[in-house]
Amino acid sequence: MSETLDLTLNVWRQEGPNGAGRFETYAARNIPTDASFLEMLDVINEELIEQGDVPIEFPHDCREGICGTCGMMINGRAHGPEKGTATCQLHMRKFSNGDTIDIEPWRAVAFPVVRDLVVDRSPLDKIVESGGYITAPTGTAPDANEIPIPKEVADSAMDAAACIGCGACVAACPNSAAQLFTAAKVWHLNSLPQGQAERFKRAEAMVETMEQFFGSCTNHGECTEACPKEIPQDFIAYLNRDHLKSKIFNRKLAGQRG
Amino acid sequence: MLPDSKTPAGPMADKWDNHKFDIKLVNPANKRKFKIIVIGTGLAGASAAATLGELGYEVDAFTFHDSPRRAHSIAAQGGINAAKNYRNDGDSVHRLFYDTVKGGDYRSREANVHRLAQVSVDIIDQMAAQGVPFAREYGGLLDNRSFGGAQVSRTFYARGQTGQQLLLGAYQQMMRQVAVGKVKLHTQMEMLDLVVKDGHACGIVCRNLTTGEISSHSGHAVVLATGGYGNVFYLSTNAMACNVTAAWRAHRKGAFFANPCFTQIHPTCIPVADEFQSKLTLMSESLRNDGRIWVPRTPDETRGPTQVPESERYYYLEEKYPAFGNLVPRDVASRNAKTVVDQGMGVGPLKNGVYLDFADAIRRDGRDTIEEKYGNLFQMYERITGEDPYAVPMRIYPATHYTMGGLWVDYNLMTTIPGLYATGEANFSDHGANRLGASALMQGLADGYFVLPYTIGDYLAPRLGDVPVPTDDPVFKAAEQGVRERIRHFLSIGGTKSPDHFHRELGKLVWDYIGMARNATGLEKAITEVKALSEEFWADLRVLGAADTLNSSIEKAGRVADFFELAELMARDALDRNESCGGHFREESQTEENEALRDDENYAHVSAWEWNGPDTPQTKNTEQLTFEVVKLTQRSYK
Repeated sequence: MSETLDLTLNVWRQEGPNGAGRFETYAARNIPTDASFLEMLDVINEELIEQGDVPIEFPHDCREGICGTCGMMINGRAHGPEKGTATCQLHMRKFSNGDTIDIEPWRAVAFPVVRDLVVDRSPLDKIVESGGYITAPTGTAPDANEIPIPKEVADSAMDAAACIGCGACVAACPNSAAQLFTAAKVWHLNSLPQGQAERFKRAEAMVETMEQFFGSCTNHGECTEACPKEIPQDFIAYLNRDHLKSKIFNRKLAGQRG
Repeated sequence: MLPDSKTPAGPMADKWDNHKFDIKLVNPANKRKFKIIVIGTGLAGASAAATLGELGYEVDAFTFHDSPRRAHSIAAQGGINAAKNYRNDGDSVHRLFYDTVKGGDYRSREANVHRLAQVSVDIIDQMAAQGVPFAREYGGLLDNRSFGGAQVSRTFYARGQTGQQLLLGAYQQMMRQVAVGKVKLHTQMEMLDLVVKDGHACGIVCRNLTTGEISSHSGHAVVLATGGYGNVFYLSTNAMACNVTAAWRAHRKGAFFANPCFTQIHPTCIPVADEFQSKLTLMSESLRNDGRIWVPRTPDETRGPTQVPESERYYYLEEKYPAFGNLVPRDVASRNAKTVVDQGMGVGPLKNGVYLDFADAIRRDGRDTIEEKYGNLFQMYERITGEDPYAVPMRIYPATHYTMGGLWVDYNLMTTIPGLYATGEANFSDHGANRLGASALMQGLADGYFVLPYTIGDYLAPRLGDVPVPTDDPVFKAAEQGVRERIRHFLSIGGTKSPDHFHRELGKLVWDYIGMARNATGLEKAITEVKALSEEFWADLRVLGAADTLNSSIEKAGRVADFFELAELMARDALDRNESCGGHFREESQTEENEALRDDENYAHVSAWEWNGPDTPQTKNTEQLTFEVVKLTQRSYK
């Protein structure tokens, strides 16, 4: 059977986007080491409700590391101490009895706090909306085997497409830059044969939308370190390359130079 | 009375094509005059919103998530079926159709299933064109794997994240329509009531989850793509927010609810570890391709799994079902796991699991091959259990995963409320009493990309020129008032127990009495006990905080309240269906070998339940199932 832990939690509480936030301290008692981090918060919330206190709002849904809803700063690290692991898959066996744990929402200007540990990440959708797709209306597709894709290319696209859109890369970045997210989205589509027609338009539009909301990348590499899917930083180089090339190859502008 | 199912006449293979020709169309220039509300942005919702937008309709898409990409379709791991026959192993539209009808234990509508098999091939083309990075062979062509309930390899996959990749594809197509203004996206909006005027669906009432604002939205038609109700069990593989509320609110407004007792218990999930457990995690069924399922032959085995010699291992699926072995359908695999655990042969600290062992596969194919196929699943298992599945076998046990039952729909996917459609897991039509693996993604995308966008025109065409009911109409005002009153009531009860407490207790009742095996005594007990717990809920619920802010307790209270009503109906439906079929196993009805025993004479029908108000039990309506092509037989996977 699993052992149990006694912990001290410092949790960021904030009533709304405009409220002043503060840390509240809670004692977490008899937390089984087999429990997940979010299940530990469930236990605290049940105790708060029992005492008549409003429970802590925290983002979560699938609890299997794929939906990208969850995410919080745990002891100052996005998604906590375990590499390649979203908050929901972090288990209490990674902590020791008597630990104090600081829990905060994602920290980024582009992600305002909604309440407590929940933030608004809608700018990530704006980046996708600006070009993160292949124009292929329903019914227009050729047979799926018509265009062979070398396995290595499909694998590389899949490595990028594994991004869960949680925003940890932004939260971990000292500049609150979204380069890793954008690079993952762009490289997924730009590396595939189906994505070539819109390749440069896509890179240009997505980078420019990104820049409306987020800071600039200065190659700290904190993003990859925090990424629960360990998306490699190399993709940012591909993003920069395609963005630069877009200034030359953008077909919309081709006839206007001279 | 159930309306006509609108199943087209003619030979099975021609029905869909004939139907597409026979139904009414809206001309391209007129489509923009219609507004369609789509609730839910999973595979079924996002694909429908994208396609309807492309066709020219004005679409309002709603999700309660902060981003459409978070819908629970994203968690599907294993793959998506399609009758491409790329493996040259004898697959065909007819075989996929046949396997699905048989796998569903002959409780689905043949014509719907045939259409599903037909459009399956288009889905793969569509998704590849959208940039879904499906697994490939070295020559660049698509790879396949096999799945339970089939003897061909027809499952397309993207590592262990097929649902994620397909959802991103559909989501991106929808965002393209958002960019051009054809789809208006509403995030963090939960539908809390359906609005009906003169018998037709005309809109919805929503709560903005971050501000608490209640608002009405009006359209010419409403599409529910809101998923299944597996969370009635509390512990399930569903995401925490999955719920029945949208479908249930529609049921209370007149949409018949079909076969609620058809729920699927997935055989390969990580067993429950402790009392605090909040959800169960699925390990993809695709693992059964290479993993071998066994338990020690002696119930009091104390050695670790690697110490138990081959001769003392009971590979119960391989022994009992030599033809299908570990790849029997989900219901059969689940029941057999329950049997060995009930007999005391379970493994793990709580003796509540069976082994899924990869040692042979790793010896045969090498660790690298296994890692490439299942790496992310093995990693997920390690995260959760702290055990390394490359070194020791996984421990697995069945858990609630999918619900075949749902809102009754006709061949056009329209519910019994004209103008209200249900797609994907939210409807009942394609999987009968048991869904085959890799068929949920197929159905969600078939409905959203290739079925609904055509069939909805049949309803809309005669309504050209109709103006949507304005949202200040008394029907909207009354619905808004009801929603506000219900939330105010939750906050005012002032009891002692949280919504989660009641949900957990309800889940235990549902699992014990309406779970993997059911009997009349237990089901009657379920009805009484669910009622009693529901009364306690309404008297002793504690919801703290305010209505005008993010307040997950309010969200949960509403969902749990609806689960109570659903649980009672599930029990009543299971009691009424005095036969075993697929995932519905009545202990009173089994063969000598403990397999599900159907009663085709009395139960070859769909049970569609009609709401009669909160104090009167629902009335059962039946749709007789006729089988023109597939011959009804006792399923055998031996």
